[in-house]
Amino acid sequence: MKLFLSALSLSIGFAAAAGAQQSVLTVYTYDSFVAEWGPGPAVEAAFEETCGCDLQFVAAGDGAALLARIQLEGKRTDADIVLGLDSNLTARAAATGLLTPHNRHDEWDLPVRWDDPLFVPYDWGFFAFVYDETRTAEPPGSMEALARSDIRVVIQDPRSSTPGLGLLLWVKHAYGERAKSIWQELADNVVTVTPGWSEAYGMFLDGHAEMVLSYTTSPAYHMIAEGDRTKRAAAFAEGHYMQVEVAARLAASDQPELADMFLEFMAGDVFQGLIPTTNWMYPAKMPASGLPVEFGELVQPSKALLYSSDDAASVRDVALAEWLEALSQ
Amino acid sequence: MTRVASAASLALVLFLSVGTFVAVSLRADTSLALGTSDWAAIRFTFVQAALSSAISCLLAVPVARAVARRNFPGRSLLITLLGAPFILPTIVAIVGILAVFGSTGLLGSLVRAVGIRAPEIYGLHGVVLAHVFFNLPLATRFVLQGWLAVPSERLRTAAALGFGPREVFTHIERPMLRSVLPGALVVVFLVCLSSFAVALIMGGGPRATTIELAIYQAFMFEFDVGRAARLALIQFMLGICAGIVAWRVALPTGFGAGLDRPAERWDARRPGLRLADGLVITAVSLFLLLPLGTVLIEGFGEMFRLPSSVYFAAARSLAVALASVLLMLALALPIALAVSRTSQRQALLAEGAGLLMIAASPMVVGLGLYIILFPLVDPISVALAVTALVNAGTSLPFALRAIIPAVRDAEVNFGSLADSLGLNGAARVRLLILPRTMRPLGFAMGITAALSMGDLGVIALFGSTDAPTLPLMLYRLMGAYRMEQASGAALLLVLLSILVFWTFDRGGRINSAS
Amino acid sequence: MIGPSGGGKSSLLASVAGFLQLQSGQIRIAGHAMDGVVPGQRPLSIVFQDNNLFPHMTARQNVGLGVRCDLRLDRDEKARVSTALERVGLKSFGDELPGRLSGGQQSRVALARILVQRRPWILLDEPFAALGPALRSEMLQLVKSWCDESHAGLLMVTHDPRDALSICENTIVVANGKASPPVDSGELFTDPPQSLSSYLGRDWRC
Repeated sequence: MKLFLSALSLSIGFAAAAGAQQSVLTVYTYDSFVAEWGPGPAVEAAFEETCGCDLQFVAAGDGAALLARIQLEGKRTDADIVLGLDSNLTARAAATGLLTPHNRHDEWDLPVRWDDPLFVPYDWGFFAFVYDETRTAEPPGSMEALARSDIRVVIQDPRSSTPGLGLLLWVKHAYGERAKSIWQELADNVVTVTPGWSEAYGMFLDGHAEMVLSYTTSPAYHMIAEGDRTKRAAAFAEGHYMQVEVAARLAASDQPELADMFLEFMAGDVFQGLIPTTNWMYPAKMPASGLPVEFGELVQPSKALLYSSDDAASVRDVALAEWLEALSQ
Repeated sequence: MTRVASAASLALVLFLSVGTFVAVSLRADTSLALGTSDWAAIRFTFVQAALSSAISCLLAVPVARAVARRNFPGRSLLITLLGAPFILPTIVAIVGILAVFGSTGLLGSLVRAVGIRAPEIYGLHGVVLAHVFFNLPLATRFVLQGWLAVPSERLRTAAALGFGPREVFTHIERPMLRSVLPGALVVVFLVCLSSFAVALIMGGGPRATTIELAIYQAFMFEFDVGRAARLALIQFMLGICAGIVAWRVALPTGFGAGLDRPAERWDARRPGLRLADGLVITAVSLFLLLPLGTVLIEGFGEMFRLPSSVYFAAARSLAVALASVLLMLALALPIALAVSRTSQRQALLAEGAGLLMIAASPMVVGLGLYIILFPLVDPISVALAVTALVNAGTSLPFALRAIIPAVRDAEVNFGSLADSLGLNGAARVRLLILPRTMRPLGFAMGITAALSMGDLGVIALFGSTDAPTLPLMLYRLMGAYRMEQASGAALLLVLLSILVFWTFDRGGRINSAS
Repeated sequence: MIGPSGGGKSSLLASVAGFLQLQSGQIRIAGHAMDGVVPGQRPLSIVFQDNNLFPHMTARQNVGLGVRCDLRLDRDEKARVSTALERVGLKSFGDELPGRLSGGQQSRVALARILVQRRPWILLDEPFAALGPALRSEMLQLVKSWCDESHAGLLMVTHDPRDALSICENTIVVANGKASPPVDSGELFTDPPQSLSSYLGRDWRC
């Protein structure tokens, strides 16, 4: 059986097997990272110039699904680096035992202290609901106001997507025991739950919904790339949940030196300089070029909310059960 | 020789259906009670399947009646179109349905132009809509067959006795429908029971999740194999129950020939009925053609501008389809030969094996294979082979249904002659069986190839990230919201599916000995 | 009507009954033009070779359709049905479904329906072909006696000259899409024309 399957697979895979002899660094990441307008293409070009290797990004769904993917592939994975987990997932990711420490000692420009031995941060931001002011003149000022309104929103699945998980923890952090009832009220505002950020944002832009769960920094994309000032992030009175996006090395990597080089590159000025205008987030280390002026126009949350990664892991299961129950009805 | 081959085929079928099930049940996490979301998935699976089958069959009645009793230009084209869902990849239909019925699609824009907020398509109604799109044609073909199987003398007797439409309904149509509809309902229910791709894209989150989708999510989102396996147990039980019901209800085949001649009807000449039938035919044609037409129009320009990765994916899908066809033949032929020659009880066993494959859902089989393969080999590296194998298994019931009667005919009509000539073993297969079964064989190969080409099931579960098949690629393009490329890939996929079906089916006809 | 297969016998009969649309010409029955008259409105009843009965209805219901096709029969009408069943020898079989009757009995039910229809013309399209010779001639005698009694006309398609000779005074030869005018059956079969003799074969003797 095994032999037969392997033989069949070999013959089928033959067409795809191209003969690249350069050493290959494989980075698993989320869909929007490798989009044409995302950081992927520029990062790939810049890193390949210095490493003399072939950097391959593999899009494997959204952030949280990345974790399931490396678990699913186990020790046999091709991935050398996983890029796109966030602080809410790090405890779970560490527990898989599939990752290995990075040995870096950087000074980060993060609003929180960061000294995790496994995960290297590369950017951060605040979750927010983004709207189009030509379609929604009076955006809600809080989660409760949104739940009471008849505004249609697209959100992401907390099981597969880091923004989805972020929203789950946002509601839980801000409302605690009341989280479940908030979700019950929000349920009728939710047009659909997408597996990843890209689908959700695309649906919002296409007019399927008035608001989409994204980041306070998303409007910067429309201002800078499109000269469009109609997209705004709604400021919520209870504060905004934070996200720190991270990357880590896989223990099973066959390119440990290249992987280290990549993490080094990631913390460097070139990569960090690309972040604000390609990944549309705050860089983990302020680049020499600083932030574009448009970032000054973005909503500044009145309060930053964040669970420690251990708390996030323990709160997640309860919050997820509440979410599933509220949205199953 | 044939006995060994058929035993091997049966063993493989049993491995795919029962073996994977055993693997799944050993890993199932049965320590926890079913949660709210599990119950919601079970409930939703039932509700959507019941609604989809009821609506499909209900609508199929007027459509089949109109097609049965009217002759109009394009009639045979419409009948061909009604057979299309067999070879139309689910995900392509979804792309088309979204483009027409989505809130920003064709109809949504029309509705908005009038100043009404377009209703959202995601959720139960979207899932049911997509299922009706797929199964209304299927149900219509079943009912149409019932209609055209009414002997023409009976219709003439009715006319000679002066029956009006009402009497024709009570005395001819109602009894016919009573015998045809239960089978059609069961088939459609069964198809919708293991719905995955539709719920994956058109569902609206936890409130519209089928069990198959819940298995996928538990596995792909959380890598919770225990929970996925527990859901798979439930899905398998449901499939078995439905399979038993299907066994007891006479199942229509849906492939019958002779749908090309309308029945003469003297009670239906009234202008009102004529108008009603015309409206029904127009409506159903639009319902089926608009989504496909949109895919064609939106995809046409894009198809030639696709990145090369999409063409690689297409090549991979073609290879999977061909491998599926070969595996299907290796499974189906020995079983068909055994069935046509062995005792009644063994024949029943073989047909039961085919039925088992209906009950075994792709996600359950996929999950089982993952669990079995993981200690032996990297499941992802054999994902394409597994896809080919599972698709061969999935199309086995269809294939057996098409091939067994032909093999049996060949044996009944020419078996004694062959015996008297000492024509046995491989020579008998090559000189007697194959030439006499070319047509159904070609058809079965075509169906298998098309099903495999468009499948978004197992491959979604552990398809490789850098070597996807075309449907998986299409799903990822949709996920990254690259809709233009998605529509181009959708068109490419549907064209390839039609091509592989046509090639095999045509090949069977040309080489047919009769 | 007699003649080779594919010669047009059944088409002619179907045209008379109104099942086929005429491309030209006209059908008149007793001087009345049948243009646009649907089969049920024509002054005739018809029996086919096969499938004359609805399988899900009892013999009685199948006969009753000849009285009223919605089967809402009053007492008199029900009595008529019973009489007809008795007349064809199926008195005690009224509540049986066709599937439980023999071929001969099924034909009798169809005949009983003709009896209750009481139309001026009876059309038979190769009737009772599935029955053995003895049963068939018995059925035909039943038809003949009913025609004599009710003064109904009989138009029958057959491939057996003996049928024509035994119950029909006149015979129409239909061959190659042409129907010749009716002639006396006895004379016709004593001295068959070319078109008929090749169909009957050399061994045919009246």
